[in-house]
Amino acid sequence: MIARRSLAVAGVVLALGAALAIGPARAERLIVSVSNHRVTVTPNYSGEELVLFGSVEKDASTAARRGNYDLVVTVSGPRADMVTRRKERKFGIWVNTDYREFLKVPTYLALFSNRPFDAIASPDVERRQQLGLNNVLLTQRVGSDYADVVPNDAFRSAFVRLRSERGLYREATSAVTFLTPTLFRTDIPLPAEVPIGTYDVEIKLFADGALVTHADTTFEIVKVGFEQFVATSARQNGFLYGLVTALMALMTGWMASIVFRKD
Amino acid sequence: MQLYLPIADIPVNVFLILAMGAAVGFVSGMFGIGGGFLMTPLLIFIGIAPAVAVASVASHIAASSFSGAISYWRRRAIDPALAMVLLSGGSIGTALGVWTFTLLRSLGQLDLMIALSYVVLLTAVGSLMFWEGLRAILRARRGMSVPMRRSGSHGWIHGLPLKMRFKRSKIYLSVIPIIVVGLVIGFIGAVMGIGGGFILIPIMIYLLRVPTATVIGTSMVLTLVTMVFATMLHAITNHLVDAVLALILMIGGVTGAQFGARAGQKIRGEHLRLLLGLLILAVGIRFAVELVIRPDDLFTIRETGGAG
Repeated sequence: MIARRSLAVAGVVLALGAALAIGPARAERLIVSVSNHRVTVTPNYSGEELVLFGSVEKDASTAARRGNYDLVVTVSGPRADMVTRRKERKFGIWVNTDYREFLKVPTYLALFSNRPFDAIASPDVERRQQLGLNNVLLTQRVGSDYADVVPNDAFRSAFVRLRSERGLYREATSAVTFLTPTLFRTDIPLPAEVPIGTYDVEIKLFADGALVTHADTTFEIVKVGFEQFVATSARQNGFLYGLVTALMALMTGWMASIVFRKD
Repeated sequence: MQLYLPIADIPVNVFLILAMGAAVGFVSGMFGIGGGFLMTPLLIFIGIAPAVAVASVASHIAASSFSGAISYWRRRAIDPALAMVLLSGGSIGTALGVWTFTLLRSLGQLDLMIALSYVVLLTAVGSLMFWEGLRAILRARRGMSVPMRRSGSHGWIHGLPLKMRFKRSKIYLSVIPIIVVGLVIGFIGAVMGIGGGFILIPIMIYLLRVPTATVIGTSMVLTLVTMVFATMLHAITNHLVDAVLALILMIGGVTGAQFGARAGQKIRGEHLRLLLGLLILAVGIRFAVELVIRPDDLFTIRETGGAG
């Protein structure tokens, strides 16, 4: 632990020294791209996998690093308010009793890195940079206050566990692979029931336990054609949608009575 | 073949849904009921959100009861006056039911209420029907004639005011109990996602003393109208009706119902009641067990909005 911290300090000193020595020294730059910026949900959609490519750009003035680069990729889907409820036994049956509200939390959240988070940075940096599901900020309403709680809080861990079971929250510390020392890639698996909306991808580059630079990109998941049409009309023209569905039911019933008429 | 459902937001196997529709349709055609009490739990079981299941099954029942109602109408087995009076209560009950549904959903107790009402209603109706069917069979075995149920015994219901003559059914009855029955069925249907035929038919036969000739057809009209109404209200207030899911269910359902109806004509009445009683009881007990044993997971998550 102490060794790692001194390493981090050394890295900072080294970077500072380099900056002072060469004047406006350029740090590394990240160039990234996802394989598909627009995922369309069609009738036969059953999940998809995107690929994120990127490279670490350096030039002659970039300070040399002692260690290798580390990468943490955070993919967060559209945010929503959610309620986690806990069942308790009351009068012999299991009833929802206690609950917690999670405010504006990502509906999809994936954290990928090339090695375990605690090997990349110190616990302090892990917390500040929100590395890992245990460190991501999940705001809860606690009474009249808004705050995140400790990672082992019963509601928080149940929330993360349930989302993970559905493949909507995930953490993989060996998902990012370096093809060359500066070229990297990672897969972004999207389960079938992935929420529709805009997804933010944040890529953080670490070296010697400190954040060097970061880059952002986005992709969106959209319903197109018929799915889009049905979903928006259900939401925006509830009356008309209900009327059409009811008429459809009557038509189907009427058709059946003609097709199967017994005379 | 996988198909993505636009409102339920999950991909499902079309053939599985078609088969479920056909199986439930077979049962509903055989017993002359809507089959919602079987369909809703099945949909929940394959992973569709309970609220979406309840809302979508409403339109499925509308389809199957409409095809049933048409054939009963051709046979003049529907009492229009009786249906109208039932409906006046039924529409109020449905509106109250959808309102309660929305309220319970916001309180987070919808799933519990659906499960509890299933347990109470299904075990009660199921055991009564089973017992009644069993007694009828035993009586027939001993060679005794089945006693006439409508032997002029007038209960308190027949002493109520505001009497009206229902020509097709040949009964003279107060409108008050009929409206109340319609209201209760409409309410239960909207909250639980069932047509309520399996409760309505016994009530009409044993309580209101409506002759069996017009019971099923007339109850189908009530089911049809309350379910169309429920589809509309669920679509307007909760935006949860999945038309694609409903269409697949309907196609399976109406087809299965035709074969079920033919099979039902080959079975004797009391055996039919015994079977239906057992089926209803089994579904009720399944729900009861689920409530009593410790769930696999004590926690549940639900989105409350604010997406984007």
